[in-house]
Amino acid sequence: MKTWFQRKQENKYPEFWEAYIQSISEDLPKLVSETTFIALDTETTGFDLKEDRILSIGALKIFNGRIDTGNTLELHLSQTHFNPKTVPIHGIINQPNYKTITEKEFIEQLLKYIGNAPIIAHHASFDISMINAALIRNNLPTLKNKVFDTMKFYKRGLITSNFIDRDRSYSLDEVAEKLNIALKDRHTAPGDAYITALIFLKLWRKWDKNRSLKTKSLLRLQ
Amino acid sequence: MKNTIAVRIADFLKSYPPFQLLSPAELDRISREITVQYNIKGEILFSEGDPCLDYFFFLQQGAVEIFQTNDSASITLDRCDEGDLFGLRPLFAGDRYQISARTLEECILYLIPIEVFSPMIGSNTKIREYLLQSLASNTHSHFVTTSGKSADPADHPSSSLPPDLHELKTVNYSKRLISCEKSTTVKSLAELMNTEKVGSVVIVEDELPIGIVTDKDIRVKIASGSWDIHTAVKDIMNSPVICYPPAITVAQAHLAMMKHGISHLCITQDGTPNTRAIGMVSEHDLIVSQGNNPYFLIKAITRATKTKQLKKIRRKVMHLLEQYMESNLPMTHVSRILFELNDATIKKCIELSLAKMPAAPPCEFAWMSLGSQGRKEQLLHTDQDNAIVFEDQPLETYKDTHEYFVTLAKAVNKRLLKLGFDYCPADMMAGNPKWCMSETQWKEQFTSWVQQPNEDNILLCQVFFDYDISYGTLSLVNSLGEHIFKTIKNYPLFISNLAKSAIQNPSPLGFFRQFLLESNGEHKDQFDLKKRALIPITDAARLLILNHEVKNINNTFERYDKLAELEPNNRDLFLSASYATKVLLKFRTRQGLMNNDNGRYIDLKSLSKEEKIKLKRCFNTISDIQDIIKLRYKLVNFL
Repeated sequence: MKTWFQRKQENKYPEFWEAYIQSISEDLPKLVSETTFIALDTETTGFDLKEDRILSIGALKIFNGRIDTGNTLELHLSQTHFNPKTVPIHGIINQPNYKTITEKEFIEQLLKYIGNAPIIAHHASFDISMINAALIRNNLPTLKNKVFDTMKFYKRGLITSNFIDRDRSYSLDEVAEKLNIALKDRHTAPGDAYITALIFLKLWRKWDKNRSLKTKSLLRLQ
Repeated sequence: MKNTIAVRIADFLKSYPPFQLLSPAELDRISREITVQYNIKGEILFSEGDPCLDYFFFLQQGAVEIFQTNDSASITLDRCDEGDLFGLRPLFAGDRYQISARTLEECILYLIPIEVFSPMIGSNTKIREYLLQSLASNTHSHFVTTSGKSADPADHPSSSLPPDLHELKTVNYSKRLISCEKSTTVKSLAELMNTEKVGSVVIVEDELPIGIVTDKDIRVKIASGSWDIHTAVKDIMNSPVICYPPAITVAQAHLAMMKHGISHLCITQDGTPNTRAIGMVSEHDLIVSQGNNPYFLIKAITRATKTKQLKKIRRKVMHLLEQYMESNLPMTHVSRILFELNDATIKKCIELSLAKMPAAPPCEFAWMSLGSQGRKEQLLHTDQDNAIVFEDQPLETYKDTHEYFVTLAKAVNKRLLKLGFDYCPADMMAGNPKWCMSETQWKEQFTSWVQQPNEDNILLCQVFFDYDISYGTLSLVNSLGEHIFKTIKNYPLFISNLAKSAIQNPSPLGFFRQFLLESNGEHKDQFDLKKRALIPITDAARLLILNHEVKNINNTFERYDKLAELEPNNRDLFLSASYATKVLLKFRTRQGLMNNDNGRYIDLKSLSKEEKIKLKRCFNTISDIQDIIKLRYKLVNFL
């Protein structure tokens, strides 16, 4: 038993992980306008990092103010764990009529898609933690990408004033409404990822009128 | 593979031409290849002479100006709104753009690849026709073509047309002709008018117009009891019909209506009743087509039924403002007219939102405009500040009532945003639950602000001294106003704190009398006209007038005029402050119109020497006024 365990430890990581690590080691381009970002959103069975699982993920690439609809990622996971409480929120049921994949396949496709691109998400820490939990379950290290939270970014742009509760958190709906973004397809992972991407684009250009902001400075802004 | 975002894009496209002509499979294919692009205001999308891109543009949100540059002057050719196509050149002949495109607002664009779209046009002549028409409307000014078929003039600012030439333009008549047979009863005619929402119906026989019945006839002949509602329309119709050819000009149409004392003209193929009726011109159509006259604009605003229409009218309002500024009209006049137009717009937004609410308001309420609109000084599209006060509620219904008004206010805030009035960055808007309260709550809130005059509370109070009722029950607002005055009287400390804050704003000039520029942030090296000049002069006026307990004068320069009257010994100073306010306001408006923004920041390089001297003179007045405040409120030892 013990030897099996040790061998497991010494085992090399799968190829897709090595490829991911390889891409992470590459430097990000200097300017925001030259950098590809990934906007993503996950739908989960609940909010417990241990108990709950990712149901689906939507991700898309942003490059210099553009979103390419042909190059998006939409994955649905087959479920071993099922929490009926969250079905009314996002309408994902246990017997779906679309193709589902295993958690391992999900990780492989996701890592291949994101590469070294900084990840943008609203309340990013939750999505990242859920993905990391999946990685750990599959005996892999956690994500290495830079993470950019649109909620923190939005708050950064508000006036510093005591009228505004600094500790308040802003939901995706609230921020989208303030920025005049139409709320369709809420509560589907790709729909939310798209809204997150638009939020990012609007906030980015607010700070960077002539597209000269450095990627490093942007990541420091949140 | 499933692609939710592509489905969503297809969903949006399918209600716009030419995409509605595509099959679902084609639509699906094209939406999977689309790139979504976000641009901020004022970015060039392509320029005249640039090599063609491999896609064309669909405007999903925002506005784009198509223009051409002739001898350094740029001429607006077209203005694209939501759902319009442009940059179509690469779809047809030519490898270089002949026009330029620039965003007028922040925009979301769909870039549609030529490679995918081109094969879909192939056999479909309807699509080809639509695209050619769009291309033509992009490349030629609508105001040069004389054909009656040119696009709706209401869509375009008449800037490229000298104002007096408007009269010679052909009328844009409504091609949706509602007609009925002569044997129809008046009752079913009235039903037809209701369902079609028209004010007149043409009575036809063999497609030829033989009579016309208007709202007025129903009122005069039926409602008065002279005729029964089951009468056939032929007995009450006006005959013969006054007919004109499609090429009739605005001036002609006006004269014809005046001459015959009527409000509707029928358009027939050759202008006689002997050819087919093809359209109708109403007095209202003429009014709407008239560009820049405040009377017409007000009428158009009150008649609008959609935010989209309001948006078009708002553009004309801005154009009117531009003309006023160019012709150097007195600021008093300009600000009054713009106030009325803004006020009408706000009222309309509230009416439209109210109509969309599931129920009528549960009790009396009032919509208050605060800040610059409250002071009747909002000329440009600046931030919106507003609040709702409603009647006191018993505890059990309070929650629902509060919720109702917050929902209403959010809808109104959103409409105003769409018209270009940005959200208040400090969230001082009626849609914020804290700014939508009952009368007593407001009073309590106010008392607590006055009792604890710290910096924030003073700021909040200041906003509330400049209020104006935009909609609803006046008595609610008045009682709030009285309460404010009464409370302040009891707390003298509040006034001295207010005075302190009025002189606290940073000075506009440095030690060497140079302009102090912003040292960092988005507006680095620009001059903040609002913070350094307008706020101090506005705050000072508010404070000084409060001392005299003068209510109902909210406008800054009117306040100074009043002060000049009340304090003869300082008359000259107050008059010059009134003048300075107008000058500063004019600077801001000019700047805003030039850059299509709120005019807050001035690039000093864009000012002439003379203008700079004028500005500095205003600053001297501000510092004189601030000296008076320091003396009067004995603030010297405070500082």
